[in-house]
Amino acid sequence: MSEGQVADVIVIGAGIIGAACAQALARRGLRVLVLDAGLHGATAAGMGHLLVLDDNPAELALSQYSLQRWRDQAPALPDSCAYRSNGTLWLAANAEEMAVAHGKFLNLRAQGVACQLISASDLRRREPELRQGLEGGLLINGDGILYAPATADWMLQTPNIQQRRARVSELDGNRVRLADGRWLSAAAVVLANGVQAPELCPELPIEPKKGHLLITDRYPGTVTHTLVELGYVTSAHNASGPSTACNIQPRPTGQLFIGASRQFGTSDPQVEGWMLAKMLRRACDYMPGLAQLNGIRAWTGLRAASPDGLPLVGQHPQRQGLWLAVGHEGLGVTTAPGTADLLVAQLFDEPSPLPAQPYLPQRFLGEPVYA
Amino acid sequence: MKHYADLLIIGAGPAGISAALAAAPSGARIVLLDDNPLPGGQIWRDGPGAHLPRQARTLRQRLDACSNIRIHPATRVIASSGPKQLLVEDPEHGWLISYDKLILCTGARELLLPFPGWTLPGVTGAGGLQALIKGGLPVHGETLVIAGSGPLLLASAASAKQHGAQVLRIAEQASRSAVAGFAAQLPRWPAKLLQSLRLFDLQYRTASHVLGALGSDRLEGVRLQQQGKIVELPCQRLACGFGLIPNIQLGQALDCAIEGQAIAVDAWQACSRADHYAAGECTGFGGSELALVEGAIAGHAAMDERQAAQQLWPRRARWQGFAKALNNAFALDPQLKALAQPDTLVCRCEDVPYAALTEHHDWRSAKLATRCGMGACQGRVCGGAVQHLFGWPAAAPRPPFSPARIETLLCLDEQSAP
Amino acid sequence: MPELMLDGRHLQVNEGTSVAAALALGGDGCSRTSVTGQRRAPLCGMGICQECRVTIDGRRRLACQTLCRDGMQVETRP
Repeated sequence: MSEGQVADVIVIGAGIIGAACAQALARRGLRVLVLDAGLHGATAAGMGHLLVLDDNPAELALSQYSLQRWRDQAPALPDSCAYRSNGTLWLAANAEEMAVAHGKFLNLRAQGVACQLISASDLRRREPELRQGLEGGLLINGDGILYAPATADWMLQTPNIQQRRARVSELDGNRVRLADGRWLSAAAVVLANGVQAPELCPELPIEPKKGHLLITDRYPGTVTHTLVELGYVTSAHNASGPSTACNIQPRPTGQLFIGASRQFGTSDPQVEGWMLAKMLRRACDYMPGLAQLNGIRAWTGLRAASPDGLPLVGQHPQRQGLWLAVGHEGLGVTTAPGTADLLVAQLFDEPSPLPAQPYLPQRFLGEPVYA
Repeated sequence: MKHYADLLIIGAGPAGISAALAAAPSGARIVLLDDNPLPGGQIWRDGPGAHLPRQARTLRQRLDACSNIRIHPATRVIASSGPKQLLVEDPEHGWLISYDKLILCTGARELLLPFPGWTLPGVTGAGGLQALIKGGLPVHGETLVIAGSGPLLLASAASAKQHGAQVLRIAEQASRSAVAGFAAQLPRWPAKLLQSLRLFDLQYRTASHVLGALGSDRLEGVRLQQQGKIVELPCQRLACGFGLIPNIQLGQALDCAIEGQAIAVDAWQACSRADHYAAGECTGFGGSELALVEGAIAGHAAMDERQAAQQLWPRRARWQGFAKALNNAFALDPQLKALAQPDTLVCRCEDVPYAALTEHHDWRSAKLATRCGMGACQGRVCGGAVQHLFGWPAAAPRPPFSPARIETLLCLDEQSAP
Repeated sequence: MPELMLDGRHLQVNEGTSVAAALALGGDGCSRTSVTGQRRAPLCGMGICQECRVTIDGRRRLACQTLCRDGMQVETRP
């Protein structure tokens, strides 16, 4: 920390990404100042699903690495984080989707991810609430769930981290300007504020992807694994128009968390009834009994999406002193540990724990202009 | 399923019933919704333990006789599904109702403040006990203590005694001079004076409040601060409520302006939003007489019967005076903010203790970190408490406005997508 | 006089009795178990507090706003 610097690193954003980065840096002995505007972004709204996703090798590498890191640190997480390793059960509605499941199974197993194919009868035994006639599924044993806001809070309790409620209005490399006009500087600034990032860095290709969620009253024992339709991979994840996919997560409280929906081109946080209904109908298609359960809260969140579905992690190629950890879309909670480790390795100029190339910001922002 | 009403009235208490009856002669198609199985709201709640005043019975008979008033009991509003359309639900199904005019008569609920032991079976609200008794709750031979604030304590005690309970104490937190000052004004409203004399109870103590409910699995006794002394009374029930809070959620959700924690209305009972009106306790506490006249004004005004509405203004003014005197007398003592201990639960749905909340500076952060307010009551109980304790205002309501079957929420896709 | 089942026991009540009242007439008055395992009973009596959530014929309902009907199955420990 040089004279005039408030910290070794300033992190903008106290969501799961900012918190994970702050924790990793603080554990290396750096003094970290985390600035947060109090807007409560995707970390507050999301499902806290920890899942391995293999749409492409880079996504698989980052999610697989991160899941292992979550499993490693699970014993240290306090109860409020509500970490559970209940697995994800991908649902195949027909032979075509079962073939996709089979392909995933082979790919994941080859990469060392513990998983197993589930027959139709085994599916009914494991999850009796699912409708008749599903083809089967793929169980990813090491996937889990946690309560992200409490987890971010826990990460920020690490020694050497200071938090301040403040809105950053301007960036200048390793300096930030607050809403009150003051400039703060550090050796490095990490931008980790999700959908708000383009406000400070208009060149970032981050778009909001709106999602609806609903949580039910307590119905313990209804569902065991987090249930996601394989159609998710084809329909919701890659579509350009509004789309929904069945995603049912059993909370440790016995409540059911229901998602998932995607809409582009809007940052209106209002719950849209037609979209909520569409999403719920999709979930009811897979689990008819859901219709009789009581929903107690509905809300929305905005995911920070990048054009290729991978986050931007690394130095800003034009703004020296500014580092980026943004654009995680629906995998922010999952890939927080991997993001933090990638960033720390780059900051300290150490070997990267996994290939950093696919996530480097220069793929969108152009080659570095400084050494 | 889609229905239509020229005039949709939410709430069938005195205000809603009065509004419906005032509007009925116009011939308009009127729909009246209420979340209870029978009309009457709180004060005229019907049931095996209820003794309905003659006026209530008469008005209900008139309601039943109007062929253009359709009543939907046990029905709740779940969401706003369009510019003038609501999604509603009853025990069997959900459906959409479109309307031309709307009158909100959503009433008020009790302010329930946390104190040690308040979650024990045997502890209810003061109005809560009265409601439960009317629904057939047996209290014969039981000993009970009534506490909190407001005239509702006396009404609750009277109901309990009528059904054979032994009221050991009525602990009113307001001072003797505040209550006496209010009582001295009662001759302005002779009916109210008569009523209060009938309700008078020898066990009534002012400057007294509950300190804790005692017991392990259920209530066994109550500890009170009574005029400077600590008193413990073994008892089977504690009925404790600290006055009433207007139910403004639906008004907020429909973009009606709120003023002083009640739905803002003008001389015509009109809200800030066109074609929307409000009457009764949701516009500010004032008792059934005020609710009746406000409801009638709203009913006439919604039907553009301005002269009929205006004729009722003097009567409303009279009862507004009573409301004002009431609210001034029973203001809450700041000591009540200190009742909760660190381990006293504030959020009963998610079992969040007071200590967990004190670390936070705003409601949203507190909710996210502790899940306080994220349970089935949607922050209606704990929200009232944290507003009183910390000054945190309630968040804007989101649908579903009440827990609702997912099957009901599916009706929302009958709306057209943008 | 409706006859219902409350946690597996038969109970007969007067017409118009609420399920909340039936809990006390036929049992200890409790409606549910809280997140931390405490038994709870109706609090507000008017459909606000959600403490009286019970399962009636398989659906989650508020006991204080539901009238007893013949053949109803009420569970406070689903």
